Amino acid sequence: MNEVRIKVIDRREFLVTSGAAIAALTALTSGALARETKDPTKLLQEITGGAAPTEGKVKLEMPEIAENGATVPVKVSVDSPMTDKDYCESVTLIATKNPSVYVCAFKFTPDSGKAWVSTRIRMAQTQEVWAVAKMSDGKFYIGKTTVKVTIGGCGG
Amino acid sequence: MLNRRDFIQLALATLAVTGSVEGFRRALADESLTQDQLLAFKPKGQVTLIHVTDIHAQLVPIYFREPDVNLGVGPMKGLPPHLTGEDFLKHYGIRRGTPDAYALTYLDFAELAKKYGKVGGMDRVATIVKAIRAERGDDRCLVLDGGDTWQGSYTSLQTQAQDMVDVMNALGTSAMTAHWEFTFGAERVQELIEQLKFPWLAGNVIDAQWEEPVFKAWEMFERGGVKVAVIGQAFPYTPVANPRHMIPGWSFGIREKMVQKHVNDAREAGAELVVLLSHNGYDVDRKLASRVKGIDVVLVGHTHDATPQVERVGKTILVSSGCSGKFVSRLDVEVKDGRMAGFTYKLIPVFSDVITPDADMRKLITEIRKPHEKVLNEVLGTTETPLYRRGNLAGTFDTLITTALMEERDAEIALSPGFRWGPSLIPGQQIRAEDVYSQTAITYPEVYRTEMTGKRLKEILEDVCDNLYNPDPYYQQGGDMVRTGGILFDIHPYEKMGNRIQNLRLKRTGEPIEASKNYVVTGWASVNPGVEGPPVWELVMNWIRKQKTISIPEQRDVRLVT
Repeated sequence: MNEVRIKVIDRREFLVTSGAAIAALTALTSGALARETKDPTKLLQEITGGAAPTEGKVKLEMPEIAENGATVPVKVSVDSPMTDKDYCESVTLIATKNPSVYVCAFKFTPDSGKAWVSTRIRMAQTQEVWAVAKMSDGKFYIGKTTVKVTIGGCGG
Repeated sequence: MLNRRDFIQLALATLAVTGSVEGFRRALADESLTQDQLLAFKPKGQVTLIHVTDIHAQLVPIYFREPDVNLGVGPMKGLPPHLTGEDFLKHYGIRRGTPDAYALTYLDFAELAKKYGKVGGMDRVATIVKAIRAERGDDRCLVLDGGDTWQGSYTSLQTQAQDMVDVMNALGTSAMTAHWEFTFGAERVQELIEQLKFPWLAGNVIDAQWEEPVFKAWEMFERGGVKVAVIGQAFPYTPVANPRHMIPGWSFGIREKMVQKHVNDAREAGAELVVLLSHNGYDVDRKLASRVKGIDVVLVGHTHDATPQVERVGKTILVSSGCSGKFVSRLDVEVKDGRMAGFTYKLIPVFSDVITPDADMRKLITEIRKPHEKVLNEVLGTTETPLYRRGNLAGTFDTLITTALMEERDAEIALSPGFRWGPSLIPGQQIRAEDVYSQTAITYPEVYRTEMTGKRLKEILEDVCDNLYNPDPYYQQGGDMVRTGGILFDIHPYEKMGNRIQNLRLKRTGEPIEASKNYVVTGWASVNPGVEGPPVWELVMNWIRKQKTISIPEQRDVRLVT
């Protein structure tokens, strides 16, 4: 995985497995307002400029039930050739019921080789998580999954 | 339990057929059983899989009442194992009052228990395993343990599962997977794995930080000239359903992709028969079998379902062998062209009075129990009514526990986990200390007493209910509903989370539970670290000693609305 180079645009701490190099850390340009919204649809519209993203191409892997809501593993991969002409530009993670629904965003270049990230996020409650991919042709794709954050106990 | 109306209906139906009440009694008495009948089997193919699961450390014979409510939701509605009572008998073509009906359903439990006796006992299980091995030849047999073997008794708690490791080694087990085993803590688990004479397989457990495999995922065996791969799948929600702090470094999960990888790896290594030794639970395995390709047999554990026939999902078959040593599954498989071409199956009920105990195993069990006999055999009282736990909503043994906790800890509400393990007692039976431990012997037994808002209480009930009735089995945890004392409510299993618990009231006053009001709640088996309180068995035993005679009617506090 050493060939995976990811440009990251977020202040949050995150884990990139396999020691992938972090190429850049810059501020997200879409503005602070969207980041602080509690409305996931509003944030999504902000990212896509109002366009409805297509379901598919984005594979979002999370556990069905979180073992620890404070640190839930996330893996996102986007089906893209990652060539100069056709690549995934960014992936934004949205936790639809967190106090702040914006989680983080990852930026890629064709040099990234793969549009693939692995991190951990905090989740306040059972909710749907969205991963929104922006492609170089301006199209948007979305992957969704539900993660249950449970009180636990009583099993068996 | 046979209620009065059922009994009258049965009696009338029998009268219609036989013309007399005596005929009804004779119909029951006609069934005589022998060990040969129980073991009778037409062998097939090259390989025999012997499956035991969820023994829950029950070394000696017990009674075990099957559930009266076991509801399936979503795509699983009405499918096995979600059949109980008459529906179960009808589906499998079993006559009421027969040994099979006694073993597989709750119907006429107390009456039939007196007639057909206890079930299980690892010395009887050993006899069955030895007999199958002798008949088929050792080189054709695999003895596979689906987990939840180490926990559930006084002796296993006292010996930190040493007793069960010794017994399963003596049984000649070929491989195991796990769930409650993990509640002895990571260090003890590693220690005991060292002692196993067979592989411990858990392909879905990874290091929580580095995501590397912790245990061996699968083992290749050669049996009857066939390469058999056994893949272990531990209970996916162990760190959620049980204390995560006892196994802080390990992460679980269904990990479908990983299961597929293990299957592919095994096939590439030449496996002609691929067996998933699973502790997923029935519905999870039914879904998994429809999505992971290349598994021939899933040996289902966790949900304690005793199904007398296999279920098919595509080319995969599901075998589920009950719990508490009450059943042993025998599956003979014919392998052709690198996969299963045919099979014969029998779920063998372990009738303790019919199966001769194996002398060696009996000796080992006697040795294990000897230092503890005095504690085990203390008589606390007598029960006039059946005491049992299984069933989605309530069990009388749990009502006993919640009542005892409320009184002993002076609380208005009690919560008790919806565990599926724990044997039953029949009317007239003495309640011994061992019986209490067999319902409560866990490594986190502290009874808490706390104040909780009505809102929080409702959230807990909804949360647990979703673990039982989420329409997607991958979001279920496989336990029954949390047991309650002091409150009344309706359950709407087909509703969405948040709307399943309705009409929640305080039993004492009949008043609705108020969201903002505080209530004094007691309970046990909290998964959080640092919980303080006396062990649950101590309070329950004290309470029974004071009552002397116990009579617990079937609980009516929870109303199922379907």
